[in-house]
Amino acid sequence: MFPSRFRYEAPRTLAEAIGLLADGGDYAKVLAGGQSLVPMMKLRFASPELIVDINNVPGLAYHRADPDGSLHIGALCRHADLEFSNLLQGTQPTMAAAAPLVADPLVRNRGTLVGSLCHADPQGDWASVLLALGGSVIAQGPGGRRAIPLAEFVTGPFQNVLSHDEIAVEAVVPPATGIRAGGYLKLERRVGDFATVGVAVAIETSGSGVVRAGIALTGVGGSTIGATDAAAALTGKPLTAGSIAEAAELAAAAARPRTDHRGSAEYKRHLVSVFVTRILGGTAAASTEANAERAA
Amino acid sequence: MTMVFDDPGETAEEFPVRKIRFSINGKKKMAEIEPRLLLADLIRRGAGLTGTHRGCDTTNCGACTVLVDGRAIKSCTMLAVQVDGREVTTVEGLASASELHPIQEGFRQEHGLQCGFCTPGMMMAAKDLLDRNPDPTEEDVRWALSGNLCRCTGYQNIVKSVLWAAEKLRAEA
Repeated sequence: MFPSRFRYEAPRTLAEAIGLLADGGDYAKVLAGGQSLVPMMKLRFASPELIVDINNVPGLAYHRADPDGSLHIGALCRHADLEFSNLLQGTQPTMAAAAPLVADPLVRNRGTLVGSLCHADPQGDWASVLLALGGSVIAQGPGGRRAIPLAEFVTGPFQNVLSHDEIAVEAVVPPATGIRAGGYLKLERRVGDFATVGVAVAIETSGSGVVRAGIALTGVGGSTIGATDAAAALTGKPLTAGSIAEAAELAAAAARPRTDHRGSAEYKRHLVSVFVTRILGGTAAASTEANAERAA
Repeated sequence: MTMVFDDPGETAEEFPVRKIRFSINGKKKMAEIEPRLLLADLIRRGAGLTGTHRGCDTTNCGACTVLVDGRAIKSCTMLAVQVDGREVTTVEGLASASELHPIQEGFRQEHGLQCGFCTPGMMMAAKDLLDRNPDPTEEDVRWALSGNLCRCTGYQNIVKSVLWAAEKLRAEA
């Protein structure tokens, strides 16, 4: 299989890339890792007339923490860069848990986090992770840069709000207000298959309990689902077996799964509650509370 | 290296053939290619290196795995034009003129292949792992090879082969 014909440009600067996109109209696509775009072009699900390959644009392969505690991931930061990153260990538990679960090692060597967000596949892992963390996408166009919260960035399956002449140059995770805890769990039939169910949980705790919570669901609806009611059930109180159970139930209620060859809707919905319980039950905050309960 | 294309007629100017320079197994190459040519085809049909196998052609099986700038990738899922200025290593680049690479020797010693179709991809994914982590655990090896499918061996001997190679490489280092 090979893609239909297209014009190929490999600009050396972002300004040049944006100019090419502006000229290319709706028939241009940005190529970063290409691990979703190239397969889609081979299957002729996508037949762009112009490919703007940004791999030769310097200065986009970074991921870094700023002094304010925010995390910045450039458009050419590969999944594997995050999987083997020392930066995420300890400070970003939800991201560190998700990075090794994206696709397979070969795809992780090439594919990018920002590209995954743009691709907006309802079964994409990173959109859930960034949604749970309250992250955003920085888009750059002819008029400058704008930040788009993840919740507004993805508008539906394979759809995002980028204008045709904008490039998503960075993803941002905001600074934590408490101590981060959480994780990402995914069920897949085999490595590299699309998620049967994925759940991202990101909480921040301080002395009094959970000060911020985010829960998002992969592969159980027409787009990435933010389980906002479930997150609200955790916020402003200590993390207890009761609040975990309530969040798990509300997260399962937020899922919109369909029965398919990966499992029944009922099964997938059940898994959402199991994953929420497992992730939150495994956090240090939960074990501290459990110890306190036992001691009392 | 000569490649022949269909003449798209009037639109010829819109779809120019691109000239690229790259290295493959240490040898410098030039090519004139259509941008839609996949790396797997540049390697197999352009450079004539048929050790890189084309299995599923859908980014699943890993039989077409090669190294680009040292990192293992699926060559069916990368445009050939993207290796302009980069280094490609295929399974043919493992052995020296006189002896097998320890990874290849490992597959022979531990019976790491049966039909052999997935083997080049397995070896290149293993090369990426061992370059990064010279002393992997069995779990590390299974993890690193999880993007490569084998339908014969049940993976057991493939994992042993890579561990054998890791030990040999450590002894040589």
